[in-house]
This record gives sequence, C-alpha cells and structure tokens, in this order.
Amino acid sequence: MTTPVTEPAEVPAPASDALLTVSGLTKHFPVNRGIIIRRRVGLVRSVDDVTFDVTRGETLGIVGESGCGKTTTARMLTRLIEPTAGQIIFDGRDITHLRAGAMRPLRREVQMIFQDPYSSLNPRHTVGSIVGAPFRLQKVKTEKGTKASVQELLELVGLNPEHYNRYPHEFSGGQRQRIGIARTLALRPKLIVADEPVSALDVSIQAQVVNLLADLQTELGLTYVIIAHDLSVIRHVANRVAVMYLGNLVELASRTDLYKRPRHPYTVALLSAVPLPEPAKRTAEGGRERRDRVRLVGDVPSPLNPPPACRFHTRCWKAQEVCRTEPPPLRELAPGHQVACHFPENTPAA
Amino acid sequence: MAVWRGRTKGGARDAAAPEVTDTSAPATSAMLDVRDLKIHFPTDDGLVKAVDGISFTLDRGKTLGIVGESGSGKSVTSLGIMGLHHGTNAKVSGKIWLDGEELIAASAARVRELRGDKVAMIFQDPLSSLHPYYTVGYQISEAYLIHNKVGKKAAKQHAIEMLNRVGIPNPQTRVDDYPHQFSGGMRQRAMIAMSLSCNPELLIADEPTTALDVTVQAQILDLMADLQQEFGSAVIIITHDLGVVAELADDILVMYAGRMAEYGTSEDIFDRPAHPYAWGLLGSMPRMDRARSERLIPIPGTPPSLINVPSGCPFHPRCAYAANTNGKSFNEVPPLRAVGPGHQAACHLSTDEQRRIWGELLAAQLSVADSDQQREDA
Repeated sequence: MTTPVTEPAEVPAPASDALLTVSGLTKHFPVNRGIIIRRRVGLVRSVDDVTFDVTRGETLGIVGESGCGKTTTARMLTRLIEPTAGQIIFDGRDITHLRAGAMRPLRREVQMIFQDPYSSLNPRHTVGSIVGAPFRLQKVKTEKGTKASVQELLELVGLNPEHYNRYPHEFSGGQRQRIGIARTLALRPKLIVADEPVSALDVSIQAQVVNLLADLQTELGLTYVIIAHDLSVIRHVANRVAVMYLGNLVELASRTDLYKRPRHPYTVALLSAVPLPEPAKRTAEGGRERRDRVRLVGDVPSPLNPPPACRFHTRCWKAQEVCRTEPPPLRELAPGHQVACHFPENTPAA
Repeated sequence: MAVWRGRTKGGARDAAAPEVTDTSAPATSAMLDVRDLKIHFPTDDGLVKAVDGISFTLDRGKTLGIVGESGSGKSVTSLGIMGLHHGTNAKVSGKIWLDGEELIAASAARVRELRGDKVAMIFQDPLSSLHPYYTVGYQISEAYLIHNKVGKKAAKQHAIEMLNRVGIPNPQTRVDDYPHQFSGGMRQRAMIAMSLSCNPELLIADEPTTALDVTVQAQILDLMADLQQEFGSAVIIITHDLGVVAELADDILVMYAGRMAEYGTSEDIFDRPAHPYAWGLLGSMPRMDRARSERLIPIPGTPPSLINVPSGCPFHPRCAYAANTNGKSFNEVPPLRAVGPGHQAACHLSTDEQRRIWGELLAAQLSVADSDQQREDA
C-alpha cells in the first residue's frame, strides 16, 4: 500500500470497488510544556494504525466511546487535520499529504456533516448564504443561478424554499441539521463524513434525519462514513461497522455479523450496556430485576498513556498475560469480519 | 448552595396562589404529592407556559421517570420541586407536598433548610455543575456541614465515606482532588455522593447519564439502583432516553408541551401506551431488542412553541389520529382520564380505539421489522 503517486489517475484500483482506502492512519498530538523553552512531555495517541476501506454506495459506521479517536479519524479523512502517518486514498488518488491548493477541487467530493447544528451554522448569515457558500467558494456556476439551486437543495432536505432569507435562530434543531445537510449536498459530493449527525437531536426528530440520510443515499448514490456513539442508531444506518477503542480499530464487520456475533470483548460489552426500552422484570418484592449484562469496570484509560499491547486489557474480563505483552493484530476471523483480539468471543469451537 | 440572596417570601408565587381551588391536605401518605403544578414565565414575547398543570404522587423507595422531548417542561418541573424558581420572575402555582409539608407556600428559608437535606438533586453535566475551584471533598461536605452540627474534620470523614459508597477508588486521597482530576464517570459519582451526603428522602436526577458513555452509563444506573435500595429514597429520574427509564422507573410520566400526556406504571407505558405521542416516541427509536426495520417511524413536525401552544390538544398538529375525534382534538383540551387502573392519558380517542390502534401499530412494526430482517438474512 505504498504506491508512489506520480500520476493521480494511475493508481491501481484495489480489488474491491473502494471509494476510500485508509491504511495505517495515525495521529499523535504532542503535549508541550514550558513557556520559553517548549519541550515535548508526552504524546496523545488519538488514532493509531487504523486501516479500513469504504465501498462506493455503502455506509460505514464508526462507533466507540468518547476519546476513542472517532472524530480525529473523521477529521483526517476530510483533511481538516494532518495525519502523522498512514495513507488515505480517495477515488484512486493519494490525498494524504495534498496541499491546500491541490485539495481544493477534492473538497467538492468529500463533505462533512457536523454534530452540533447550533454551532456549525453562522448565526449572522441567512440560510441562502449558508447553503450557497459552497457554490461561492468553489466558484461554481449553476444552470439556474445560485438562488434557484439553493432552493432546490432546501426542498430536497425537506425545508420550505421560501425560508431562503431566514436566519438559523428561526429554526429548530432538526431543521438546522437539515440546513447543514443541504450545504453538504450543494456540490454533489461522492463521500459524506458525518460526525454524530443526530446525537444533538430529540428522538422523534432523530428518526426524521436518519430517514432523510437514507433517502438521500438512494437518490444521489452517496457514500457515507457515519460516526456515532449510539449503537442503536449505527445499527440502523450502517452497512458495515468499525468499533474503535483508545485509538485502535478493534473490530470491523458487516452490521448483521457485528450485532449478531460480536467477537471482540469490548464490542460485546458495548452492546450489552445499551439500555433497552423494555421494563426490567419485577422481582417478587416488587423491585426490578437486574439485567443480565457484561459490566465493564472503570473508565477508558487516558490516551496519553495507553496501556501497552492490547489497550483493552485493563478492563477486559478475558485478559491474560499475552494481552499485556503482545498487541493483537487485526485478523480476519470470518469473511469480512476483522477482529483484534487474542481471545475472541463467538468463535466456532475448534 | 448556601448563598443567601435575601429573597422575599412568596412574591410572585403568592399572587398566583388563589387560582388553586384544592387546598386540602394531601389525601395520600406519599412522600411527594404534586398537584396541578404550573410554572409560567412572563417574557417580552408572551407568557411561556413551561409547566401547565402537572400532578403526580411518589412513594418512598419508588422511582418516577419523567420523559419528553427538549422543551417539554421536564427540567422546569424538577427545579420547581427543588424550589429553585425562587428569586426568578417565574409564576409558580399549585401544591407540592413533601412528606405532608407544602412547599410552594413555604418560606424561602424553610425551602432552603430542606434543600440538600431532605431533597437533593443530581444535575446533567457533572463538569459544569461542580465548582472547578474547590476540591471534590469540600463540595461534598458543604451541604453536610450546613445541615448537621458537625466540625470540618467529621464532615471530611463523611465525604470520604460517601466517595467510598459511590465506588471511587482511594477515597482518602481522591477527596482532596479537584473536579478536573476526575473522569466524566467519576465526576458523576461525586455528584451522586454530594446529593446523597445528607441521606435525602427525595432525590431528583435530571438527565444523570446523558453526558456519559454507554459503558459508564450502565455503571451509574446500577449504582443508582443499589443506592436507592440502601437509602430507601424516592427518586425522580428525568430523561429523554426511554431505555434509561425502562431500567429504573416504577412509574412513568410522559410530558408534552408542559402538560401530562400520559401517566402510568412502566408496564403501562411500554406495553400498552394509550397516547399517540407515546406511540410516536416508542416507534421513532431504533431498537436493539427487535429485528432491524429498514425505516424508522418519526413523529412528523416539531414540538410546539410554549408561547403559542396549539389550540385543543397540544399534540394535534403532529397526531395522525386527530381526525378520528370528531374535531374535538382541534378545539378542546383533552382532560387527563383513566384508561386503566392507575393509568391515565390526556387524549380524546376512546379507550377501545386507543387499544385497537396501538395493537395494529405494534403488529405492523414487528412484522415490518421481521420481513426486513428476513430479507437481510437471505
């Protein structure tokens, strides 16, 4: 995977129809101390050696707890931050270290939906100017003029085109997220990276936006990378799911496989921690029975000093000596199901 | 917590008091009896009816879950019970009996005596509700010092004991840490330790796990259930996550636009919900315990503004069944009426019709999910 990129179009396409191929992606943030003499005192290993690809037209979900590196990964994919190491190939081109000028035409093809619909829209701009900004910045002339195109986009995401001149504060959270989505779609991107697109929304509105994303994918043939901490949402939107823990990719599988037969102990624990909307059974005394679930103890360790070898070993109930000394490689245990664990769950008894 | 603001007693609240007709003592021996609670905020744009007639009771050792979307009045209700609308321009009316003592007409000084001692609260965001300048131990012992005649040493010892109770390792050393030295889950544990330090009889938890990761959330929910058993407090848990209430609550109150939409036991709300809004909430959430359906069923539209609440049933613009009520939903505010033993809903649909529609909805949801799943497995 170290093909030198001399002529962008000539990179041999991977075996599958991958739109995005990420290999060994790493981001370390230095921690500096001192005012006059700056010296590096540590390294936050936000993302460490993450490898995956995204096929055209599919949705890859990335899940994990806070601090696991999901957002850093998203920002590297869209080149909002510079990777420390690794390679990102988008549509046959190595974009890992493209300079801003060379990246600019590609920005049309890779767009991002942000988490917070309140802070990601400029309160002093009208909806028309927010959604029309991509046309302006990329100097794209549209057939019917910018205004008509913006109104078309507003209609596409289920907003009233008459609201062209309104300001963000006049809209509810769900509507604002739709404005953000309209802006994302303006230049007809191929890939959309959505960082927690629905987590700031109420459950009834969340369902509206999830359905909208699905409709747009069918209609416009989009490819999504969707990042979320909510496993039930990811189950709904993603075709394949990547689970991250402390900067490492620990499991990557199709949705059905991951939710039916999770192999990494961390995935098992994550799935079993989701509270179910079903009242727990009553005990004879009228109290509630405790749900039968895998309970992890403690918190996620700091990425400043991640545990050696398998980073999950400090919280894992299956951890043994080898987990503390040898990092588990990401292995394909079943077709399309990769796991980084020495003692995976749900493996057929040999 | 102990800042004396020199508030006058009553004030705005007294002015609103005559509206209440029922001034009799509580009929029940419940720990908390809230009757026709209204909290209105006059603003330049009009009167915001944040809470508009809420009534419920809560027994010792029981948990009430209050659910609803943002802006439905959940948090305002909890602040009202804590007496924290004192000193704002909020107009509070109705009755709140805590263990037989009426709180709305009580003096600010009396409410402050109860707050932190008999009633305590856990807030949503542990980082912004802990003071960054004081040690965790100091903040935990503060309420204990105020409400008990003890010295600082004893109070600190008590803080250590509380930290130990909520499962913080090395409480002797962590007691002198500052909030930024704690992780998110530990901060929420510290908040819980703080709220339990005076052994409150009523504990209000406002979105206690929303800011936490799912594995930590599971730990905190377990901890809250354990502590409730140990302390026997009555608990009100406010959340938008139906999974969290299903885990903890005995009774559930569903709020919409500041009013009660439905009130019943957990089993009532989850197994035989009667209000179309409850159907909508249950239908719109992606569920891990069922087969995956291709599409979610959202509630159309957005929650109403609390200044211009729709006429008639506040939910009617988003309700698919408003037309089934002979126009009543558009003009008449539906009263809360019994639809089963201990189960009430504010809806104009007849009880039979509610049962029929929910049965159909549930069957449809399950069969769609099953066929989607089969297609996927194939």
